[in-house]
Amino acid sequence: MSIDKQDVQKIAHLARLALTEADAEQYQQSLSSVLSLVEQMQSVNTDGIEPLSNPLEMTQRLRDDVVTEENRRDDFLANAPQTEAGLFLVPKVID
Amino acid sequence: MNWEVVIGLEIHTQLSTKSKLFSGAAVGFGAEPNTQTTLVDLGMPGALPVFNKEALRMAVMFGHAINAEIGMTSVFARKNYFYPDLPKGYQTSQMDHPIVGKGYLDVTLDDGTTSRIGITRAHLEEDAGKSLHEDFHGMTGIDLNRSSTPLLEIVSEPDIRSAKEAVAYVKMIHSIVTYLGICDGNMAEGSMRCDINLSLRPKGQEEYGTRTEIKNVNSFRFIEKAIYTEIERQSDILEDGGKIVQETRLYDPEKNETRSMRSKEDANDYRYFPCPDLLPIELTEDYVEEIRQTLPELPSQKAVRFQSEYKLSEYDANVLSSSRAMADYFETANSQVKDAKLTANWVMGELSKTLNQEQLDIAQSTVSAEAFGELLIRIKDNTINGKTAKDVFQAMWLGEGSADQIIDAKGLKQVTDTGAIESMIQTIMDANQAQVEQYRAADEDKQKKMIGFFVGQVMKASQGKANPGIVNPILAKMLKG
Repeated sequence: MSIDKQDVQKIAHLARLALTEADAEQYQQSLSSVLSLVEQMQSVNTDGIEPLSNPLEMTQRLRDDVVTEENRRDDFLANAPQTEAGLFLVPKVID
Repeated sequence: MNWEVVIGLEIHTQLSTKSKLFSGAAVGFGAEPNTQTTLVDLGMPGALPVFNKEALRMAVMFGHAINAEIGMTSVFARKNYFYPDLPKGYQTSQMDHPIVGKGYLDVTLDDGTTSRIGITRAHLEEDAGKSLHEDFHGMTGIDLNRSSTPLLEIVSEPDIRSAKEAVAYVKMIHSIVTYLGICDGNMAEGSMRCDINLSLRPKGQEEYGTRTEIKNVNSFRFIEKAIYTEIERQSDILEDGGKIVQETRLYDPEKNETRSMRSKEDANDYRYFPCPDLLPIELTEDYVEEIRQTLPELPSQKAVRFQSEYKLSEYDANVLSSSRAMADYFETANSQVKDAKLTANWVMGELSKTLNQEQLDIAQSTVSAEAFGELLIRIKDNTINGKTAKDVFQAMWLGEGSADQIIDAKGLKQVTDTGAIESMIQTIMDANQAQVEQYRAADEDKQKKMIGFFVGQVMKASQGKANPGIVNPILAKMLKG
């Protein structure tokens, strides 16, 4: 199985990555070979096998519903390039 | 053409946990921006989520309430998209293995018809932060307090066929989650938000038409209006031979219209995959059963009991049981009054009217259920009549004291002494001899109307304190002469 350059650009767009023409060509090849491997694996009979959602044979540990963290806004905002009135400022986005 | 509307709803309910779904930060509406966040909520590299036990319990409880299969193994998945109020670049949600599987609700409309609405699933997910687009010199302000707040998203089957049915369904979900105590139900603060999937098809056709999704509608009234508006918009397009575009739309209550937000094809590529930071959740039969045992009486069960135990009408029982706070108020008051019809009338009448005027919830009533019961007892034992009781209630509402204190202080006790009433009537007859003559000359039908004048005079003379049950027969007898 192979994918074309348009697919690569679409995936890059979804991941917000800027690709040069040369990059796109390289990714097209390497992603295609990953997909070929997947295709090969698909010939294995998986009847009756539950899909694996995590390789560790463990289950999720749970946390009691208590507030354990205090307000550290000043520390957090100190890392941000621009802040105002307790808010992080980012370039304007309107959906 | 005759169109049939097909609606499916996604309802996001905010679970009322103390801390967040994946971090130990506090959850609360109206806090200063970014004061309830942790490294996890900010999506800092290396910060790992730890799942809140209470959110799990609440989700399972909801599953029981809608007769659903509980997901004994459930898995968190990442829903990937970019937006600045989602700093991780993905929302932790559930896809293939939700905590709550297929269930259903039977919804009764005002006209008494009942329909069964299927619920596809309900899954746990985290909320995103909030973007503020105004007043930051062309920048956007980001508040991440809401980030990682636990949500239960309840997805219905496309089983809903009208705006009324949709509203009845949402009201029922609202009443269930508040009964269970898993959501505060405050729609104005966004604790419950609704996405409406709507399409039309020619009546009789099996296949669904192209649908649109109206996002984030947050009141019962807006849900109804948004549906009517969208039905009209879609049917206009279809009648003109046009095609519906599958897209996300926004309802604008001020203009009462929906408008396009973005087309779905572009935004729909969420690339879900199991979240490697969270392990699968395994439940035991014991745990699930233990939670089932803690289920409170649900609204529909309560309505049935109110009819059989208190002999209330179906309508009264439904109204009173629609909110747990109102049902509790009614039962507490009535445990003293022991006259269910009287108590029901007053809870649904004077009390509800006053709460509406003040825009308060019954839980915020300044008159407690106990105090309310004491007032109703005074109606029942004829200390005061209904009209006076309304005045006493208003005085109680303003904090002037208990029913008995107010009745005493204002001297509102009904006059039941027949001698006193007789002499009052005599005085009135003497002062209104012309009317008495007219009354005596009139036929029986007319007399029935004319007696109202005298009753009014007696009430006026007694300052509303005469007991009408005693006044009326004496008056009729004395007028007869």
